[in-house]
Parts: sequence; structure tokens; C-alpha cells
Amino acid sequence: MPVEGPLRRRWPRILALIAVAVLTVLAIFALWAREPVIAAIGRPDPASFDPRQVALGASLARIGNCASCHSVPGGRVYAGGTPIQTPFGTIHGSNITPDPETGIGQWSYEAFARSMREGLGRDGSHLYPAFPYDRLRHTSNADLRALYAFLMTRDAVRAEPPANSLIPPLGWRPVLAGWKLLALPRTAPQGPQPQLGALWERGRYLGEGLAHCASCHSPRGLLQQELRERAYEGGWSDGWYAPPLDATSPAVREWTAERLDAYLRTGLSTAHAAAAGPMGPVAHNLARAPEDDVRALATYYAWTMRDARAARSEPVLPDRGTVAARAHPSGAALFRGACAACHEPGAPMMVAGRPDLRLGSPLHDDNPRNAVQVILQGLEPPVEPHGPYMPAYADTLTDKQIAEVTAYMRARWGSGPDWGNLVEAVADARAENGE
Amino acid sequence: MIELTINGTRHRIDGDPAEPLLYVLRDDLGLYAAKFGCGLGQCGSCTVLVDGKPAQSCITPIAALEDRVVMTIEGLGSARTPGPVQQAFIDEQAAQCGYCIPGMIARAEALLRADPRPSEAAMRDAMRPSLCRCGTHMRILRAVRRAAVAMGGGIVDPAEPVS
Repeated sequence: MPVEGPLRRRWPRILALIAVAVLTVLAIFALWAREPVIAAIGRPDPASFDPRQVALGASLARIGNCASCHSVPGGRVYAGGTPIQTPFGTIHGSNITPDPETGIGQWSYEAFARSMREGLGRDGSHLYPAFPYDRLRHTSNADLRALYAFLMTRDAVRAEPPANSLIPPLGWRPVLAGWKLLALPRTAPQGPQPQLGALWERGRYLGEGLAHCASCHSPRGLLQQELRERAYEGGWSDGWYAPPLDATSPAVREWTAERLDAYLRTGLSTAHAAAAGPMGPVAHNLARAPEDDVRALATYYAWTMRDARAARSEPVLPDRGTVAARAHPSGAALFRGACAACHEPGAPMMVAGRPDLRLGSPLHDDNPRNAVQVILQGLEPPVEPHGPYMPAYADTLTDKQIAEVTAYMRARWGSGPDWGNLVEAVADARAENGE
Repeated sequence: MIELTINGTRHRIDGDPAEPLLYVLRDDLGLYAAKFGCGLGQCGSCTVLVDGKPAQSCITPIAALEDRVVMTIEGLGSARTPGPVQQAFIDEQAAQCGYCIPGMIARAEALLRADPRPSEAAMRDAMRPSLCRCGTHMRILRAVRRAAVAMGGGIVDPAEPVS
């Protein structure tokens, strides 16, 4: 039906009214979302901090793995710029050196503590929850003061991180106040258990807070919030699968505190595997953290995995070489030519004590992602240059070939059902790696 | 039977599909540039180009190479008419014992094809998987910079001027 004259004349007015209403709602929302600015300060004199506090802060920063998101490889440490992929776009780690313009040089301790607890910048703007303040907030005042002392005594680096590229309207930070209202986890993390001892308690305090292990090792909801009630059931980080750290751990060898301690401090558990993907930098940092703190983390996470299947009994690990070769002949040939020189039982690397492929969790996970990622990306020595290394096969093998060799390894050494369409799994992993 | 395309020529190889490309190159085809170093994909002296990208031929089974294009540095030029990357390595006298150099040249070639005007960081990152035990890294990097200029691209942040 044609719009009649008077109504047609009224349209602009109706549109204007709608626009005003929308803008009013947005303005009210923005007002509600607003948080106070904390006054800028001059950069504190580095000499004003107690060196012991600075040293403690350095240790805590390693336990918190701050450098992973706040530095780019080969760049100045803590100067930010690291791209972090999220389902909503890419954001970049901020500069947390004490540069007054591009870093946190004008931040008082109060502003720093508020950012760590409430996810707010000094200017009151909301910070994206890729910054895991939902975990960091459980850090004590004394430890936050030490972290502040450490950061404020670093070299000031003038570096503006690249602009974020997020889907609208997420570039508008007041929206994050809504996220906090709807999605910020409110379930408290695991609390103290005095009967479990001081080392366990230290591990709990660090692990549930500053070390924020659950941020990667837990599933996330639609709004990317950590699902606190499902903490440690396994999650995703940078295209890699962060396996469960609870009773559902797929490990086939028990994660005792001793083995976990070795893994976290050297990047290698000879009863499991090497730290790969985003876990590599974690081990790199923990290797440089106080031994007692790493031991505490190992004690605590051995406890969270105490009911895992391998903790009850370690299974016999079969080698179904013949069956696997019959089922996946081309995968078997590729394995012999590309992998066997290191990974076949009896190969020099195995004789030198590197763990057998069937000991690592990738071939026992319920998804093929980590098996595929290790083949695509290889492995950089996580802690020291003489550590475990594997060349990347992303350019050498095609999706189909990686799928074949993965299917062969799963059939030969893995546990659990067939992984299904592996060609697609390889293509997905490549896409996530930005190839 | 596997058909391989190497330096523009098709070869039919009868043999174990798991056989590493390096052995086929050296033992069957008489292409001796790529070297056996560690046999474990750790040193880079066997590096060749597969579809224009660096691949360590000691851990690349020929089964992986059907329908793909392999190039060894014999395909980039000869002693009489060296290619631009080879010429740059000669000009900078980048070799000491020379064992790693074919792999280094293959890597540099792959880099400059993908990124004709590499940054210093990109250059070092691309060359990093190849090891040189003689310590000629500074000359090797100079050769890569020289090749980038000679091939018409250039370098982003010259650490040293290219003479």
C-alpha cells in the first residue's frame, strides 16, 4: 500500500525520534558504564622502590606469564603489541613499561591495583577480558605492590600497540561494562583447604590467581567468559588445545607433583612430553621463577588431577604398528620417511631419553588439534636452547598428508575413538594459525 | 612408482615411498648440492624448495611429493651462470667449509620469493633453522641482503650498508 502524504511527511520526524531515543539509551548506558579516572602521577623514581620488592615482583611476573601477552617475539619485553585472536577479532597486548605516554608511567599503585582487580585502565576505560583480571584479582596487596614495583623499574619503552580490530560494537569500551555485568565469573575459585598443607595452599593461591592456569585450561562460554563451574575441564589457547587439569585429564601417565614440577621447570616430563605451543613460554618463565613456587604449583595441580585415570592405574601402552599400517598405508609410509628417524622406538632420540609419542596426551585427546599443531608448527625448545626441538612440517606436508600421518599415529599409539575428518581438522588449524 | 618434478624435469622413481627425498637426489639423480647433516631435520643442510618453500629433504619422504614442484639449488644456476642468490653468496664469500651453504641458499631463495624486501628480523627468522658450524653467519646475512638488492627488492632496515 502506498504511504499517504501526511504519513510520508511524518517519517523524518519518527526517524528523528527513534534516533534520539537510541542516543539517549546509549548515553544513559555510557553514563552507567563510566568509571572514575585515577589522577595521573609523574613516573615514580625507580630508586624509590625497595630492591627486594622489585625482585619479588620479577618472580611474580614470571609466574603470571605477563610477558607472553605483553611482548612480541624479538621485541622489547613488556612493551606490548602481541596480537591476541578472539572469536570477536584481534586485540593487542598493551605496553606495561613505565613510559608515560604509551605505557603505564602515569599510573599510581591504586590505578595498577584497580586494573588487576577490576579490569579498568587509569582513565576509567574498561579493559578487554583477554586480560585475565578475573583471575589476577585474587592476588594479594603485597604481591600487587611487588609487581607494581617491578614494572615501574623497567626501562620505559615508547611503543603504541597496533589498533585492535574487533567486530562492532566491541570497539566501544563501555560495552564491556555490560560484559562484566552479564559474564564476569562470580563463582569463587577453589578455596583454602588447611589440612592439605602450606605448599598446596601456596600452589592454590598462585594457580587460581596470578598464574591464571584456568584461563586456558577451562572451557569458555558464548561471551568468552571462563566457565568457572567447569574450571580445568580443558580449553583453548592460540589455536592449541589446553588439556584438562582435573579428573578428566587424558594423560596416560600419572601427573605426580615430581613429574609436573620437572615439566614446568624444564619444559619436559620424560613420562609425558615437552611443553608445546603456548605452554612453551609458560615453562620458559616458570624455569626462571622461584623453585618453591613452581613446586607449589606442581603440588596443587597434581592434586586437581588426583582422580584422573592415570592416577588410579597407568595403562599398558600398546604398539599396534601392523594394524595401523594396514589401516593407513600412506600414513605409515609418510611416518617412516618424515617422523621415524626421531620417533620410531629405538631411534637415537628415543635412546637419548626423549619420551615416546604414546606418552604425550595429543594422541589420547578427544580432539586431534594438538597432534596436528605439533606437526604443523613443530616445537621450539621451550626453556633452554638444548631442549626438545622439532622441525615444522606446515610447508612440507599437505593437509591430506598430515591427516594420513595423524590417523596412522592415532591408530598405532593413541586411545579413544577415530578422530573423523582429519583433512578438515588440518585446514581448520592452518586457518587459526593465520596461514 | 612415484613421479617427481625436480628442477623442471620429471623423474619416475621406483622405490620405497618412505625414502627421504635427499637420498633420491644424491643416490639416484646425482644432484649433490643438498647435504646430509643430521638426518633428523635439525640442521638444515639438506634444505631444498618444495612448492617454493624451504623443506628439509632428509625428513621429506618422496611419497609426500607427488604433484609438487621440487627445486634444488642446481636449479637456481650453475657454476658458470650462478643465480642472483648464488652470486651474492660468492660475492660475499659467505662459505667457510660450505657444507651448510646449499641449504642456506635455498632458504634465502624461498624468503626472497615470498618477501622481496625483507626486514632484518624477517631475514634472521627465515635463516634461523639452518645451522652453520663455522660461524659465517654475518657473511651469510650480508649475502642475503646483497641478493635482496640484486633481485630488485631491497631491505627494510639495513644493519650494514650493502656495498
